[in-house]
Amino acid sequence: MPDPERPDDLLRKADDLTPKERLSLPKQPMPERAPQERRRSQEEVPLGFDEVHAMLEACRCLECKAKPCVAGCPVGVDIPGFIRLVRKGDFAGAIAKIRECNCLPAVTGRVCPQETQCQLHCTIAKARKDPEEAVSIGRLERFVADWEREHHARRVEPPAPPTGKRVAIVGSGPAGLSAAGDLVRLGHEVTVFEAFHKMGGVLVYGIPEFRLPKEIVQEEVDGLAAQGVRFEPNVVIGQTVTVDELLEEEGYDAVFLGTGAGLPMFLEIPGEHLIGVYSANEYLTRANLMQAYAFPKVDTPVVKADRVTVVGGGNVAMDAARTALRLGAGEVTLIYRRSRAEMPARAEEIHHAEEEGVRFLLLTNPMEILGDERGRVRGVRCLRMELGEPDASGRRRPVPVPGSEFDVPAELVIEAIGNGPNPLATSTTPGLETDRKGRIVVDPASGKTSKRGVFAGGDVVRGGSTVILAMKDGRAAARAIHEALSGERQPQEEVKA
Amino acid sequence: MSARILSKRQLAPEITLLEVEAPRIQKRWRAGQFIIIRPLEHSERIPLTIVDSSAERQSITMVIQAVGKTTREAVALEPGDSLCDLVGPLGEPAEICAGERVLCMAGGVGVAELLPVARAYKEAGNTVVALCGARSDSYRILDEELRGCCDELHWATDDGTYGFHGNVVQLLLSLAGPGSFAEGHVIGPIPMMKAAAEATRGWGLKLHASLNPVMIDGTGMCGGCRVTVGGQVRFACVDGPCFDAHEVDFDEMTRRNRAYRDLEQVALQHDCRIGLR
Repeated sequence: MPDPERPDDLLRKADDLTPKERLSLPKQPMPERAPQERRRSQEEVPLGFDEVHAMLEACRCLECKAKPCVAGCPVGVDIPGFIRLVRKGDFAGAIAKIRECNCLPAVTGRVCPQETQCQLHCTIAKARKDPEEAVSIGRLERFVADWEREHHARRVEPPAPPTGKRVAIVGSGPAGLSAAGDLVRLGHEVTVFEAFHKMGGVLVYGIPEFRLPKEIVQEEVDGLAAQGVRFEPNVVIGQTVTVDELLEEEGYDAVFLGTGAGLPMFLEIPGEHLIGVYSANEYLTRANLMQAYAFPKVDTPVVKADRVTVVGGGNVAMDAARTALRLGAGEVTLIYRRSRAEMPARAEEIHHAEEEGVRFLLLTNPMEILGDERGRVRGVRCLRMELGEPDASGRRRPVPVPGSEFDVPAELVIEAIGNGPNPLATSTTPGLETDRKGRIVVDPASGKTSKRGVFAGGDVVRGGSTVILAMKDGRAAARAIHEALSGERQPQEEVKA
Repeated sequence: MSARILSKRQLAPEITLLEVEAPRIQKRWRAGQFIIIRPLEHSERIPLTIVDSSAERQSITMVIQAVGKTTREAVALEPGDSLCDLVGPLGEPAEICAGERVLCMAGGVGVAELLPVARAYKEAGNTVVALCGARSDSYRILDEELRGCCDELHWATDDGTYGFHGNVVQLLLSLAGPGSFAEGHVIGPIPMMKAAAEATRGWGLKLHASLNPVMIDGTGMCGGCRVTVGGQVRFACVDGPCFDAHEVDFDEMTRRNRAYRDLEQVALQHDCRIGLR
């Protein structure tokens, strides 16, 4: 058995390790900034593997024939295949392998919930009876994506012969970017329209810098631009131009709607109009997209407070709470009406928030936001809850405990209780079917909507979901759009032949 | 999308008109809609009412009152420069009736924002009576343009240097009463819109107020611009910006618009310090 303390020795023998030996190798730790150092900094929290640690971690992969991890990946990345290349030190080969299925690896390597997807099915985790012991697939993906960026090793693919077909992508979030990437590769002329001034959608306005550095998103956008994707910011589809106009007047052959879930929900309790009450969307947009953390060097302000409460238990709530710390809050309290087990946030995000000092007030429901005579927030009146029978979501329903009211002092309240699809594009597109929640109705395999030539995917179809599922939808729609456009082209080809 | 400044005109002290290249927006906008601009890379996104457009020049016109850091930097730009970002048209167009005697009321920079609404009323066959307010004679703007589309134009100045001596609501009360108008539109500072709504309650007048709350995206994404209208929460950016003036909770809006007052001073002072260096 090679000595794991001597990496060179181990890596030399990496090809010959037996499954038993691989199983016994320790998981490589991911270095992170210390909680006290990072809680006031926008710098990214996990620091990433170096080459040796990545190769050592890759040695743990059993390269199972059945590839259960691949079945757990929404976009079907050949996980054992890329990990094998990492183990051999062929990082360029590894990233190329990932890019066959995933056009945003530096993003998904950071924000994918691997613990409920690929890593959940890892044989090592099962053998050790500990999900924490799975091969760190996400961290390896992040490593090779970062390696590619740092070594300027991005391969620009030779362009496919132009098809002469034009596709409009509405929204530059993960769904739109992945659709654009696939379509341009197939030779279509692709334009991405974005309502904001910057490309990336939720990746730039929602997810904070310390979790996903914005330069990474920009590099992915630049990479697509180098492939020939045209980006048009400051265009609100439904307001600046409609979907019908894109199809009928601007000469697009197909439209993909990836407009996301940009409609914030509010608690609808008294006091929500006080100064210091934000939707998480507004708070994070000010902090991330408009960089209010740099105020007054930039012009966009954000209300700062010593005591901040965040309402909600998802990833967005964790992002808002940790952003509040970085904007100088002394005390951040997260209020969630169910218990920790029901929190929808990733375990890693909950863990990071707690390490940084976010206080969790669980089984607690806000009843009213309290204000002072100047109309500013001074606290939140809450009610304790207990768990009852499971509800439609399968989670136990929180039930109020009578007479348990208490006040949480705060000067800032951020509501992170979910988002619905933004209706601007859908409501201005006749013939586009939506459900009662405003989500676009599609054929899940192809993203086809009820309207000819119009496809959709990501959160505008799913409601609040994940980056990787949005990317999966973008890819599926790209394939369906390509088929539809190629089908129309066939007769001409036959004539030429 | 290029947003090159084609022309610039000082209308009054601190009030500047910019004509900007905007091919998509000029084609589509209607009276009452607005744009959001980000003049420079570090700027805030600020909403501005669209005032006019030219198909020939592929341009739109906006009027900016230089009160904060971002607006001051915007009006310092010159023809040939470009706005960093320009997006629109946003919001719903103003509701325009036909064949009525209508009231158009505005104060300060709101007078510029009233112009397209007054024109739309006129084109729809209404008799348009405009009441405009300014601090002083030298602050009156777009007089000629308004005369071109209004059947009557009355001015009020705070110091009495032109027209009626007083504010525009006092002018209204001196000229009209219940039954004078069927519909109307008011745009200007919040206290003026609130006073206009109070003064005309019970007149049988359907009065639309064009609101200007704090905004970021202008697409309904953040809820920062939420206002209470008739007890309902509405987003001014997508549901408005025009709402029934008699139903708007102006007191709440006044408080919310003060949210960043202290921070705006910080931004201005920061700017001044840089300027001195």
